[in-house]
Amino acid sequence: MATQISPASGTDRHVGSPRSRVDGPAKVTGLAKYAAEFTAEGLVHGYIVTSTIARGTVTAIDTAAARAVPGVVKVLTHDNRPDMSEDPKSYQDMVGPPGVPYRPLLDANVLFSGQPVAVVLAEDFETARYAASLVKVTYKAETPKTDIDALLGEAYEPPKKRDGIKPPPEPWGDADGAYAKAPIQLRQQYRMANEHHNPMEPHATTVVVEEGGTFTVYDKIQGVANTQQYLTGAFGLKPEQVRVLNPYLGGGFGGGLRPQFQAFLAMLAARDLNRSVRIVLTREQMWSFTYRAEAVQTVSLGADRDGTLQALRHDAVHGTSHYEDYQENIVNWSGTLYACDNVKLTYKLAKIDTATPGDMRAPGAVSGLFALESAMDELAQDLGKDPIELRLINYTDREPIEDKPFGSKALKACFTQGAERFGWAKRTPQPRSMREGRELVGWGVASGIWEALMMPSKVRAVLTGDGKLELGNSTGDIGTGTYTILTQIGADSLGLSMEDVTTKLGDTSLAEAPVAGGSWTAASSGTAAMKACREIAAQVFVLARQMDDSPLANADFERVVFTGGRIALADDPSRSVAITDAMKAGGFDRIEVVGEAGPDSDFAKEFECFTHQAVFVEVKVDEELGQVRVTRVVSAIAAGKILNPKTARSQIIGATVMGIGSALHEESMLDHRLGRFMNRNLGEYHVPAHADIHDLDVIFVDEEDKANPLGVKGVGEIGIVGTAAAIANAVHHATGKRVRDMPITVEKLL
Amino acid sequence: MLLDTSPPVSADTPIGITLTINGQRRELQVAPWTTLLDLLRERLDLTGTKKGCDHGQCGACTVLVNGTRVNACLTLAVMKDGAEITTVEGLASLGERKGSNALHPIQEAFIEHDAFQCGYCTPGQLCSAVGMMGEGHAHSRDEIREAMSGNICRCGAYTNIVDAIEDVMQHGAAR
Repeated sequence: MATQISPASGTDRHVGSPRSRVDGPAKVTGLAKYAAEFTAEGLVHGYIVTSTIARGTVTAIDTAAARAVPGVVKVLTHDNRPDMSEDPKSYQDMVGPPGVPYRPLLDANVLFSGQPVAVVLAEDFETARYAASLVKVTYKAETPKTDIDALLGEAYEPPKKRDGIKPPPEPWGDADGAYAKAPIQLRQQYRMANEHHNPMEPHATTVVVEEGGTFTVYDKIQGVANTQQYLTGAFGLKPEQVRVLNPYLGGGFGGGLRPQFQAFLAMLAARDLNRSVRIVLTREQMWSFTYRAEAVQTVSLGADRDGTLQALRHDAVHGTSHYEDYQENIVNWSGTLYACDNVKLTYKLAKIDTATPGDMRAPGAVSGLFALESAMDELAQDLGKDPIELRLINYTDREPIEDKPFGSKALKACFTQGAERFGWAKRTPQPRSMREGRELVGWGVASGIWEALMMPSKVRAVLTGDGKLELGNSTGDIGTGTYTILTQIGADSLGLSMEDVTTKLGDTSLAEAPVAGGSWTAASSGTAAMKACREIAAQVFVLARQMDDSPLANADFERVVFTGGRIALADDPSRSVAITDAMKAGGFDRIEVVGEAGPDSDFAKEFECFTHQAVFVEVKVDEELGQVRVTRVVSAIAAGKILNPKTARSQIIGATVMGIGSALHEESMLDHRLGRFMNRNLGEYHVPAHADIHDLDVIFVDEEDKANPLGVKGVGEIGIVGTAAAIANAVHHATGKRVRDMPITVEKLL
Repeated sequence: MLLDTSPPVSADTPIGITLTINGQRRELQVAPWTTLLDLLRERLDLTGTKKGCDHGQCGACTVLVNGTRVNACLTLAVMKDGAEITTVEGLASLGERKGSNALHPIQEAFIEHDAFQCGYCTPGQLCSAVGMMGEGHAHSRDEIREAMSGNICRCGAYTNIVDAIEDVMQHGAAR
C-alpha cells in the first residue's frame, strides 16, 4: 500500500520537498485571526487585577471607585463571584501535573505573585484598564519562599508521578563507589535561570455567548480540546455547549499547553453577565503563570584515563509551586545518552511560592543537557581529548535505561557531517588559542537528545465530488507548519495539487487530537491523515473500478498510483480514471473518513525512540567588554524523515535562537523578599533580537525509522536541546572561563 | 499669572480626527487615551496590526505613519490627525504592482524565505522592513539586523527575515 503515497512521478511529490507554508498568505496580509481578534455584538472587555504579594490573604477589596467609572459593567472578586465548583478535579486539564489546580477567584488565599484578585468588566478596553487601576486591595502578607537554594534541604521525591514523565530509573552498578575509584573525577554544580516563554501573542480568550446556553470560545491554546475539557469541567457544561477554536496561535513553546486563568475568568464573566467577554493578558501578566523553573543540578563523572566513563551521577532539585507537583525529565537523559556501567540519577522537587512551572520547549532536556554536556566538555578538557572523541568513546547503540536498541540513532553521522560543515578540524584545542582582532574566538560542541513520541490522534478527511480534499483536527499549528505538512500528505496520498487540499485545525468540532507539544504532532496527526487518505483512496478506487468500461476494471489496488487527480495503473499510466469521474459515476458527492493513529506498541516493545543533535557553535568574545556574540551555529539533526525541509529547518533555527537566549540573555529575576519576578517586560527580560543572530546552518542527517509509517520523529524541540551547552563550551574555549550558570552575562566573564 | 492646569479635555471624551488608513479617508471620534493600535484593532477591525507588549518593546504593532515606521502602541491616535496610515492590510497596495491583487514584494519574499512561523510578529516585521527600506540606511546584512532589531520574533525566524529583506533590496519587484 506504500505505493499509494508515492505518485508515479517523483517530481510531483510534496512530502519530503521544501514547500512554502499554506497559511503564509493569511499571515502576511493580516487576515490570520488570533484569539483576541474575534469579536461579538456587545462585547465586554475584561481587565485582570493581580496580587502584589506572593503569599497570604486578601483582607479587603474596595471596588467602589472602579465601579463608579462610567462604562464599567461589573467588578468580579472572590467576594461577589458567581457560584463555582470548589472540587479540584473539576479543574483538571489534559496535561496538568498532580496536585490541586489553581482555581481563580475561589477564595481570599494568595498562592503566587500576580494571581488574579479581581476582574474589571467594561464596555471598552480603556475603561476596563483605567478602572482596574482604581481597585484597592488590602492584604495580610506572609513571608514568601522563592529561593530554591534555601530549600534544597526540604527537597522531596514527588509522591505522585506526572503522567507521561518517567521518574529516574533504579540505579545500576555502584556509581558512588566507581566514582571514588576513578582516576579522573569531575563533580560540578550547574544551573539555568528561570525562563518565561514570552510568545509574541499574549494569552487571550474571547467567549462568545450563543443561543440556547452554548458558547463559542476563542482561546490561546496549543490544543483546543484541552480548553474544552477544562471549561466544561469547571463549569459543569457538556462538550456540545462549548465549541473552542484557535485557528492561529501567536507562539506557544509549551506556554499554551494548559488553559490559563483568563479562559476561566472570561467564561465566568460571560455566564454571569450573559454577554460575550474578552480578556487579554498584559505582557507583564505573562509572568504570572507557567515558566521554565530553575533546577539546581550536580553532575559527577568518573572516567578512566582513556576517557571511558566509569561512573555517572546526575542529581537535580527542581522548583515547583505549593499547589502542584510539576515534574520534568531532567536527569534521565544522562542515562540514555552514554554507555556507563555505574549510573545513579535522582530528581527531587522543592516548593516555592510562584505559580506552577510548566513545559517550555524541550522541558527538562534543555536544563539537563546543559549540565551533562557542559560536564562532558570539562571532562574532555581534563583528559586532553577532543570533545567529539570523548563522546564517541562513550557512544551507545542500545538505550541503557530500558536496555533496548534505538529504533534509529544517527548521532555519529550528526557529528561527522556537522564537524565537516563547521570546519571543526581547524580548531586548536587550547582555550584562548584562537583570536580575531580584539575578539577571542571559541568553538564548542554538544549533543542533544529528545523523545520521538506519538500520541493518539484522529484526522477527518473529506473528499468532495469536485476533487477537493479537506483535512482537519483539533490540534493547533503553533507556527510549526502543521497546516502545511498535513496538506502535503493529503496531496500526495490522493495525487492532488496542494491547492486542491485544505487543512483546518484548532476547532473542537473537528476530529479530536491532543495538544500540539512534545514534537509529536507530525508523527501523530500526520499518520492519522495518511491513514484517512488511504482509506479514501481505497474507496475511490472501488468506484473507479466499478465504472462502465473502466480502464481499471481488473486492476489491483496495490498496482495503481494516484497522480494528477487521477488513479492510474502503475505499469501503464495511460490507463487511468479521474477521481472526479469515479465519484460522479459512483453517485458520491463526498466521502468522509476519520483516520486514527497512535503509538505502535509492538515497535515500542522492541525499540527506544529518540531524536538526536550535534550542535557546533562559534562565539566571539570581546574580552574588555565581556560581550559574547554567537557568530556561527551548525546544528546537525537526526530526526527520521523530514516531511518539509523548509519548515523543518525553520523549527531548528528557531529553536537555536531560543537556545542562544537561554545561554546568553534570558533570566526572570526573582526578588526573594517579595517573591516576585522583577523584570516582567521585554525590555528587561531580553529575548534574542535581530542583531543577536548571525549565521545559522542546519543539516538534516538521513535517518530511517519505522516507529510510524511516515518515518517521522519530530523536529520542534531537538534544535534547542544542546545549544546552550555548546555555547557555554565555546565560551570556555574562547576565554578559559567555565560558566556553569546560565545565562552567561557580561559580569560572569569580566 | 496662574497657569490653568486643568486638562482641555478628559481622557475619555472623544474628539474628532481624520485619518487616511490604507488609502481610505476616515473621520473618527476618538478618545484621547486611545492608542493608534487600539483604534485599529478594537474600533476599525484592522486586527492585522498586533499587540505584543503595549510598551514599545516588541515591534509587533509597527505601522507606517506618513511612510515612517512607528510603534502604534506608543502613539495616541489623536496625535496623528490628518496622517496617512498604512497597516499590513494595506501593504499590498504600496507594492510595485499597485492596483492588482498581488502581494507587496516583501510579503511574497517572506513566504518564499519562510520568514515567519506563528505569524504574530509578521505584520510588524513587514511594515518595519518597508519603512527601513524607505529610510535607505541599511545596505548590508549587519545593517539590516541592526535596523530591524526593534522587531522581536520569538519563533526565531530572524535569518529568514533578513534573507527576505535582502532579496527584495537586491531584486525588488523583479524577484
